Amino acid sequence: MSEFLKYPGESKNDILSPEGKAEAHTRRVFLFKMAVGLNAVVGAVLAVPLIGYLLGPASKKKSNVGSWISIGDVGEFPVGQTRLAEFRSPVATFDDGETAKVSCWVRRISEQTFQVFAINCAHLGCPVRWFSESKLFLCPCHGGAYYEDGSRASGPPERGLFEYRYKIAGSSLVIHAGDMPTLATQASCKDKPLVQIGPAAVETRSTTWEG
Amino acid sequence: MGRLKEQGIAAYQWLEHRLGLIQPIKAAAEHPTPSNNASWWYVFGSAATVLLILQVMTGILLALIYSPSANEAWSSLNFLNHNIALGWYVRALHGWGSDFMIAIVLIHMVQVFLFGSYKFPRELTWIVGVVLLLLTLGMAFTGQVMRFDQDAYWGLGIGASISSRVPFIGAQLVHLVLGGPIIGGATLSRFFTLHVFVIPGLLLAGVGLHVWMVLRHGVSDWPMPGRLVRKSTYEREYHELTEKTGMPFVPDAAWKDAVFAAAILFSVMACAFFFGPFGPGGQPDPTIIQTAPKPDFFFLWIYAVLAFLPPALETPVLLIVPVLAIAGMLLLPLIAGEGERHWARRPVAVLSVSVIAVSLGIFTRLGTYTPWSPVMDAWSSDAVPVKYMQGRTPLERQGAMVLQDKQCRDCHELDGAGGQRGPALDSVATRLTEDQIVRQVLQGGGNMPAYGNALNPSETKALVSFLMTLRGNDLQPAMDASRELTRSSEMQEQKSQGDTLGPKGTPIPGQKQ
Repeated sequence: MSEFLKYPGESKNDILSPEGKAEAHTRRVFLFKMAVGLNAVVGAVLAVPLIGYLLGPASKKKSNVGSWISIGDVGEFPVGQTRLAEFRSPVATFDDGETAKVSCWVRRISEQTFQVFAINCAHLGCPVRWFSESKLFLCPCHGGAYYEDGSRASGPPERGLFEYRYKIAGSSLVIHAGDMPTLATQASCKDKPLVQIGPAAVETRSTTWEG
Repeated sequence: MGRLKEQGIAAYQWLEHRLGLIQPIKAAAEHPTPSNNASWWYVFGSAATVLLILQVMTGILLALIYSPSANEAWSSLNFLNHNIALGWYVRALHGWGSDFMIAIVLIHMVQVFLFGSYKFPRELTWIVGVVLLLLTLGMAFTGQVMRFDQDAYWGLGIGASISSRVPFIGAQLVHLVLGGPIIGGATLSRFFTLHVFVIPGLLLAGVGLHVWMVLRHGVSDWPMPGRLVRKSTYEREYHELTEKTGMPFVPDAAWKDAVFAAAILFSVMACAFFFGPFGPGGQPDPTIIQTAPKPDFFFLWIYAVLAFLPPALETPVLLIVPVLAIAGMLLLPLIAGEGERHWARRPVAVLSVSVIAVSLGIFTRLGTYTPWSPVMDAWSSDAVPVKYMQGRTPLERQGAMVLQDKQCRDCHELDGAGGQRGPALDSVATRLTEDQIVRQVLQGGGNMPAYGNALNPSETKALVSFLMTLRGNDLQPAMDASRELTRSSEMQEQKSQGDTLGPKGTPIPGQKQ
């Protein structure tokens, strides 16, 4: 505490009687309290739009995010194979640069049926890679593995790969893309059960495997 | 000369009369401290502060060039590394300074914990310190995002995926973390804001509070076994100790702080000079999927833990354990604010530190070589060792080719080369019988996918006959004891009854009918 600013009790004002002090302060104290209240009101009016701005990204309805986008000619995807496709995210903005690019795995089951898998592992979002010989998707981060139909094979993921909705428009394959696929913002695969298989298969190897 | 001195004193008095800060700061610096804490064990807090100042200064210098835009961040870092004179060195100082700061903050925390210095009246100093640790880790994570390379991009993906596991508000939280529906420009901007404005502001304010409370209560005295902290007596005892043995903090105790801080700064400089800056790694293009993202050193243990959690436990553990751990650290001084301070009389404290340190060490070590991850190119780069091909039949050699082609090596080692996700196969035939191998390959199980759809019967036959030759150093092959029993009892049955049929009327294998 500075030697110039006295504590209460050390100030010359203290020689005033309580009545005198009260008389001297009443209006000022009232005005001060009023000013504090005024600032509270102004502060609240100021804060509402600022908080709205801050929380803006969270307030979008998730069903509104995204749109249909072509990922190439159907002829680029041979029947029975799984190939990597790229597209530019339809929700990208002006300064997203390279990060606006998105990959996905396209599995063509027959002439008219496809499966379009998100690149993101259902565990923690790392990019899964397709191994055509062993017919598995493998994740480099924690070793999640998925079968060719996207269902969980092993590792830490608790469900299969995320799938995009698709349709065939003319000769091009069109998918519905928007949110980065995560457990909460699934790439439009709500019609699929969240967990495709239950807890890891019961261990049978060491005991009564022969029945 | 005397006149010059008089002028100097006059100038000082002019300044101090207006500023009024020099005398209080001098008094604070020279405050008496018990002589028993003028120890090399008490130097870590000041070293952490010095590193924070280094981080602020180098950070400001980097901000002169760095462009916090998803379009340009990665290029601007390469520009700093290669085109700006000494840009690489400033980046290296900032990166190594960050690692040193986390290490020193952790050591400081362990020292304060083991010395019981968080007890009365320094509870709030500890609580603020815990917040400072979390802010420091926050700086490290957001700083990793600033590098905006592949690791940063997929690290953000991991962050978003963890956020998405929060019940009810997961989707909103993902959007809030990313600043939009995808990882992009908005994401980098908000992590830049956190890294450059929000967290440093809180950090500096927190350090101010922390140091203020250290001055207010004095640096804790050296703990002695049996000298208990009591709220009613501690402050008087500390005061008496200070009066009896006190010496001015500056310079009598602070010279050790200064020497240690200089040594740490020199170490940062040496690491920066000899080892250079961190990254940036590959460009943040999410269509380049040939990548194995990994966090920075101090987050490797989390990365490892995430590989070992069973799927059903993952979300609860991720969301509950950190809350409990942080709450435990914050509440520690309120629960154990009195009593014994010396580590020799606090076995639980010593044990806790040891267990936590060993666990973090093991998980960090595992995180450096990720045994749970498939080695994606092992099947095409690590050939089957020649010794496993010698003396094999054509069918068995064909099996070795199946093993290679079907990418088994990505997860299974042979002769020390290949993935470590599954067990090494060098002696698989001593652990599993032929039937068990067939079942394991076709149906999977125990964290192995089923290969029934990826192998045709002849491939399976060849593969299994090759695997049956892998018996280590010619150890005994695994045998199914029950099969032998069945066979011998069947033989006896045959002998005694002369029956040509096995149980349930099935023909006995290998017997002509």
